[in-house]
Amino acid sequence: MSTVATTMPITGAGNAALGGGHVRWIGVACLALAVLAVLGPFAWILTASFKYQIAIYSGEWPFTPTLSNYADVLLGRRSDFTANVVNSLVVASVSTALVLVVGTLAAYSLHRFRWPTWVSAGFLAWTLIFHMIPVMTLIGPWYVAFRELGLYDTRTALVLTHVTINLPMTVWLMRAFFREIPPEIEEAALVDGCRPLQAFRRVTLPLVIPGLIAAGILAFIFSWNEFPVALSLTSRELATVPVAIARFAQQYEIQHGQMAAASIISTIPAVLLMALGQRFIVRGLTLGAVK
Amino acid sequence: MTTQGSRLRGNDAPRMDFLNRTFRHWSLLPAVLLFALLTLYPTINLARMSVSTIEFTQGAEAWTFTPLRNVALLRADALIPPAVRNTLVFVIAAVSIEMVLGLALALLVAGVTRGKGLIRTVMILPILVPPVAIGSMWKLLYNYDFGVFNQALVAVGLPPANWLGSTTLAMWSVVAVDVWHWVPFVFLILFAAVEALPVDVLEAARVDGATPGQVLRRVTLPLLKPAIVVALLFRTILAFKVFDEVYLLTSGGPGTSTELITLHLYKIFFEQNQLGYGALLSLVLIAAILAFLLVGRQATRAVRLA
Repeated sequence: MSTVATTMPITGAGNAALGGGHVRWIGVACLALAVLAVLGPFAWILTASFKYQIAIYSGEWPFTPTLSNYADVLLGRRSDFTANVVNSLVVASVSTALVLVVGTLAAYSLHRFRWPTWVSAGFLAWTLIFHMIPVMTLIGPWYVAFRELGLYDTRTALVLTHVTINLPMTVWLMRAFFREIPPEIEEAALVDGCRPLQAFRRVTLPLVIPGLIAAGILAFIFSWNEFPVALSLTSRELATVPVAIARFAQQYEIQHGQMAAASIISTIPAVLLMALGQRFIVRGLTLGAVK
Repeated sequence: MTTQGSRLRGNDAPRMDFLNRTFRHWSLLPAVLLFALLTLYPTINLARMSVSTIEFTQGAEAWTFTPLRNVALLRADALIPPAVRNTLVFVIAAVSIEMVLGLALALLVAGVTRGKGLIRTVMILPILVPPVAIGSMWKLLYNYDFGVFNQALVAVGLPPANWLGSTTLAMWSVVAVDVWHWVPFVFLILFAAVEALPVDVLEAARVDGATPGQVLRRVTLPLLKPAIVVALLFRTILAFKVFDEVYLLTSGGPGTSTELITLHLYKIFFEQNQLGYGALLSLVLIAAILAFLLVGRQATRAVRLA
């Protein structure tokens, strides 16, 4: 896609796509408008998070910035938010590590070994169908099963469900990355005396590191963001960040400044990971969508 | 490689040998086990639950076999028709607006030579931040007393609007949030497709005297069709699953004006504690989605062949 942009810097695919002409200034205007429309709400909430409740109500401008909302959310005696952040971090990290191991092995196995069609196609179809069904439909049986096992309201239950939810995405993404490796590379390693496990670990796995990064970032973000399961399977102490934010929004007297501050804090992992791994994320999102 | 091999041939050798010989099997096993335990078994359990009444007395579950009771509950549930209607309105309105805006934006922005990296960065942001945070953000923006929209309305001398509290407006406010959330996703997929268009074909059409409108209709859109179908399918499926933002913004209200099927299901499970009836409704929902997938697959095939 970049070749088009670099070899045809003046016409560009877009001008040609619209039939050419002087549409570039419209394009620039649209680009600016889109950027503003996306960033505007974020900017408004960011300013609200630095305002006293009274300044939010009065809409005064300029306002005196304050860190009191962040202090109340993170350090307040009545706030569990720091515990919620720790819960979210633990659940997201552990479930991401697990889903990468389980999902990558499964994708490699389906790609590399000759499974009967009913196994490979069946497994892939089942993951796809599960991915498309609202997770709400399975929360009922999960709730019953975890209660029976004594796992209700534990991080283990949350980790297991998040691994399951992220498994389809990981398997499909890693499968797409494995397929891009020429089979000759691994064959050569096997001919040279590598055992299958060595060939996987030392030859193939290093070649799909971009895929592991993409899948890892997406799995972490999806787990961090996940709301309905965390809402249904945890109580107050083990609540994750999204559940905590929902509680802010449902209080009888909403603390709008604190709600804004908590929301801003909850977007930090997404912003950080986007800054660090943007090209992996774009690749992951579009590859996952196209293949 | 050889030193590694000889080191492994020490006391680890039999274990490594076993792992190597069975690699094929144990590599797929964890995923299959996990999926069997956490999706297949619960689905079977759904069937069992859907014919039962489950009550919690002193922390213990009591299951009674009452198949007709849940069917009767489903038939008598006055919230099902509005929930289905609202879900359809939400999905159709949100997805079609997102497709049109996303496609238009992708076509227009592709002609711009600078700032592509910037817009990609900005457009990923709504996709990655927690949907719950988006819900709470827009709850503030929509606030009747001090939200930015009512501030703007009042500033130009118009009366403030009850964005989330009015039965006529609430659904469209919710749709607007979904559009803001997901136009970037449609844009990213279609933008990649537009950038990969064969420029020589488009040039040839233009040299042959096709007007811009003709090029768009006869060349560009047909070439983009596969990407458009993919984006449409993805968005439709995700729109059906929507829960987080709507739970935050309206929780289905006012009245039943934004009650969606997923919200209703959540309330049946966790507010009314009707696990049996909820399981039946879940099964019906899964069946409906499978039917939609089959139809969608046929449609995709028809598009590919055409």
